[in-house]
Amino acid sequence: MIEVRNVWKRYDDKTVLEKVSLNVERNEFITIVGASGCGKTTFLRMLLGEVEPCEGSIFVEGEPLIPEPHADRGVVFQRYSVFPHLTVLENVLLGLDLANARWLGRTFGRRRTQNVERAREMLKRVSLERTAGNYPSELSGGMQQRLALAQTLVKAPRILLLDEPFGALDPGYRTDMHELLLDLFGELDLTVFMITHDIAEGFSLGSRLLVFDKPRVDPHNPDLYGATITFDLPVGHHRRLDSIVDTMNVKPGQE
Amino acid sequence: MRLINRRPGGLGILASAAIPFALALILYVIASSIRLAENPDDKLLPDLSTIGAAIERVAFEPDRRTGDYIFWTDTGASLQRLVTGVFLAALVGLAVGVPNGLVPWFGAFWSPAIRALSMIPPLAVLPILFIVFGVGELAKVMLILLGTAPFLMRDIEQRVRELPREQLIKAQTLDATSWQVALRVVLPQVLPRLIDGVRLSLGSAWLFLIAAEAIASTDGLGYRIFLVRRYLAMDVILPYVAWITFLAFLFDFGLRRLNRRCFPWYGA
Repeated sequence: MIEVRNVWKRYDDKTVLEKVSLNVERNEFITIVGASGCGKTTFLRMLLGEVEPCEGSIFVEGEPLIPEPHADRGVVFQRYSVFPHLTVLENVLLGLDLANARWLGRTFGRRRTQNVERAREMLKRVSLERTAGNYPSELSGGMQQRLALAQTLVKAPRILLLDEPFGALDPGYRTDMHELLLDLFGELDLTVFMITHDIAEGFSLGSRLLVFDKPRVDPHNPDLYGATITFDLPVGHHRRLDSIVDTMNVKPGQE
Repeated sequence: MRLINRRPGGLGILASAAIPFALALILYVIASSIRLAENPDDKLLPDLSTIGAAIERVAFEPDRRTGDYIFWTDTGASLQRLVTGVFLAALVGLAVGVPNGLVPWFGAFWSPAIRALSMIPPLAVLPILFIVFGVGELAKVMLILLGTAPFLMRDIEQRVRELPREQLIKAQTLDATSWQVALRVVLPQVLPRLIDGVRLSLGSAWLFLIAAEAIASTDGLGYRIFLVRRYLAMDVILPYVAWITFLAFLFDFGLRRLNRRCFPWYGA
């Protein structure tokens, strides 16, 4: 479904990514690990369309990737993923309203009632229905990330990009989020890319683990060579939730 | 307990805020009585009863020549100019600042020009304003607009640029067009910042208002102060200055309340 062909990214003298090639099938759950500064986020931002590769190209279902953020690729960042000026309900409603009202950006009457209903269903799915009227700043970090997921998934994207979405959460809460994410993944037709710095999370959550690292390092000029995918491993049993939860209980929060 | 951990309570806050004002008043009364004891005709520091009588004369008795209550017509005229000028400046600030901060091509085109424009000292072009717009209301409003709009435009542009990149990306993945990003993501988040910007620029707005009124006007608070200066009428000037200060305070207070009321998420 997604094909990455020999992609390079350089900033001036600094090579961030080199020779990245990858084939991803529909409904794969890909976790990405690697040291800081190893181009994981740059790679994700390329899939997002925010960063353009210097060389090589990316195809989605045979078509060149649309070179700007687009509704077929949802995203959740570690922070700033929800809109602070909108209530929880409005945050989920936004994506629906934008599609229905090109100029006003908000709907009225029956349309709005329908959209509110859909948004409420989505909120119920992530257990946030009780906080529908609150502003994000009144929610905990984990609730904000659940809201960010709901806000993205209500648009039914085919590809979901997650940039350390649970990185700022405490380990106990992270386990709940894993369950929720796997449930949603099982229900929806999604292909997931998730960056994590938690190796256990990387192994247990996804169906395929990518490790980004620099195969060559020039000790006098560490920026000379870039990182690439050094390991590409099939992992996990993501369709069997129980076993995953078990795995995680065995080694909780192991980094 | 350490000094840095002691906090004034309810009454303490009120009292400590009131004391400097009371002190200033007492000092004034003492200084005034010393001067008046030396020379009963001294006009520099009139005593409180003289000031009271002057207030009575300008605020509560119709002017003998025009039949107006000068104090209130002055206030009305000044406020109308101030509010019109600042309101227009806020509109221009939004209309230019938001696209400047959000649309790279727009910013590339206008930002340098606005930076140059904001370097022009507004009072230096006041004569040009009088020549172009005449000595009526328009020139005064234009001076306030010219004096405060560049700051607001640049401030809003900066605020837009400060919005987290993640938010703009997120909105695009929700299928927002550029217009929708501006309307639903940027504009509502910039409005409370605009009000803060207006609060900051009100000080210079008053400055430009009084300068314009002092030079060419037939009414207004600034006009009156500069008119009665010729007779050394401190008994009118002092209450006018106090009144202007109070109005400025009211504006600031009102805008702050407005921000808290309309944008409960702001600053949280």
